[in-house]
Amino acid sequence: MREELMEILREQRPDVDFEVEQALIDDEILDSFDIVSLVSELNDNFDIAINVDDLLPENFNSADAMLELIQKLQEEG
Amino acid sequence: MQKNVLEYLETAAAKFPDKIVFADNKTELSYEEFTDKAKRLGCGLIRTCREGWTRNPVAVLIDRSVQPLISFFGVVYSGNFYVPVDRKMPQERIRLILNTLNARVLIAEKKDGRFLEQLQYDGTVCYQEELLECEVDPEALKRVSAEQVDTDPLYAIFTSGSTGVPKGVLVAHRSVIDLADQFKDAFEFDETAVFGNQAPFDFDVSVKDIFSTIKNRATMYVIPQVVFSFPAKLIQYLNEKKINTIIWAVSALRIIENLKGFASEVPQYLQNIMFSGEVMSVKVLNYWRAYFPKAQFVNLYGPTEITCNCTFYKIDREYSEDEVLPIGRPFRNSSVFLLDGDRLVTKPGEMGEICVRGTCLALGYYNNPEKTAEAFCQNPLNSAYPEKIYRTGDIGRYDDQGQLIFASRKDAQIKHMGHRIELGEIEAAVNALEMLDAGVCIHVGEDIVLCYQAEQPGEREILRALGKKLPKYMLPTRLLWYKALPMNKNGKIDRVRLRGEIESNDIK
Repeated sequence: MREELMEILREQRPDVDFEVEQALIDDEILDSFDIVSLVSELNDNFDIAINVDDLLPENFNSADAMLELIQKLQEEG
Repeated sequence: MQKNVLEYLETAAAKFPDKIVFADNKTELSYEEFTDKAKRLGCGLIRTCREGWTRNPVAVLIDRSVQPLISFFGVVYSGNFYVPVDRKMPQERIRLILNTLNARVLIAEKKDGRFLEQLQYDGTVCYQEELLECEVDPEALKRVSAEQVDTDPLYAIFTSGSTGVPKGVLVAHRSVIDLADQFKDAFEFDETAVFGNQAPFDFDVSVKDIFSTIKNRATMYVIPQVVFSFPAKLIQYLNEKKINTIIWAVSALRIIENLKGFASEVPQYLQNIMFSGEVMSVKVLNYWRAYFPKAQFVNLYGPTEITCNCTFYKIDREYSEDEVLPIGRPFRNSSVFLLDGDRLVTKPGEMGEICVRGTCLALGYYNNPEKTAEAFCQNPLNSAYPEKIYRTGDIGRYDDQGQLIFASRKDAQIKHMGHRIELGEIEAAVNALEMLDAGVCIHVGEDIVLCYQAEQPGEREILRALGKKLPKYMLPTRLLWYKALPMNKNGKIDRVRLRGEIESNDIK
């Protein structure tokens, strides 16, 4: 699952090293247009529905945080 | 008689010294504090640049905080005009701007050391922290003010030029005073207004926030960029600060709709929801209206060259998704009319270039007489005395009620299979479709290429649905699916980049 996520992230922003970055949102590396398309990518690829309450900066600051969110939503789903 | 925007600030500071004028995440400044800082900075500049050095550009590095606002007003106190420059722009573009300006002075902050090193700027760098240490010299400020008139420039904001060199739109005090007057008149702003600023300061949408705030002795919050991606945070922020008035780019409203941002909570205080920058899709508008049945929604129209906006439309009825939202009627002291060549167009339905006359016209493009002469020209309907109009390059028409409707860009009019087609008309149809988020049409060679953003590709469904709205000759001949359409730095769909991508793929 992690590799699939990294693939999506790399495609979205080839200029960012998602293995390293831990403050994607706080450092304003991802902007709102990135988030909008990322949310729909993640929803599609992992068969989840990220709603407003999950859509928080702390869930998108790093690849690991996103992974955690995906796993949580899949378990709930 | 008012001749300078500083009079707003000083009147408000005398009446409401302790009221917050501008605030960001970390700092809240009262009218008195803010005015004092701006005066200090102005006096610092006068000392650095010598008295008598006025009406010159001073570049100001901007971010999402109140600090650049202090510099803007400080520059005005020094008798010069400010030019916002985004630190995050590519350095190549910043250099182009500084070269066009021939800017001798740039205001930075101490944190900008590395940035300035890379920029290799050869003018004078003034650090804001140092300028603010300067004592206020009331006599010097008086002497500067006595020399100024209301046609002196207040700011220059850069817009992209078709040739690749950005153009600096130079706007006078008088035009901004006119703008603030017209907004108050049309939308009944007063001191209870709490503005939530979304637009970056190098984007002229922010001019409306800044100057409506000080004219109306109101308060403006600089909303942190990051919350626009996270609706829950944004709503929390809007509620916390009791923001009741937003003048945002269409794209900011669209993001909320895309993310279904009001699913669990809704801002409580919003009364005025105003938008501009690109055509607002009725789908997005209706999403918002469903949550704010009592708010005033206003569609604003106008390019930077006529000081933000020249027409407005207060949404006063339901719109269905295949209708186009009017850009409405001119503000009271702006004249907006349609020209077909040099002929006045008045018949409903007939297309013409949207042209503007009035105090709102910018002074021109700084250091660019050729482009200025092209866009700001003599009114062809007036041969009796010199009268400038601005030709927007936008094509519009009147509907049966006499409301102006934006149709497309002048340069987006195409001939296809012998028919004269406005791409804007195709786009209006496209953007009313349920199965996609947004779409733009690019004319490349013989093709009308539709670049669209949707959850998943759906070429056949789209064409079938469009076939119900448009004559066959207007249907896109190629469809390109995007998970996310590229945006330019002003948050509009980046047509230039899309065209580039299509053309370079065609060569391969």
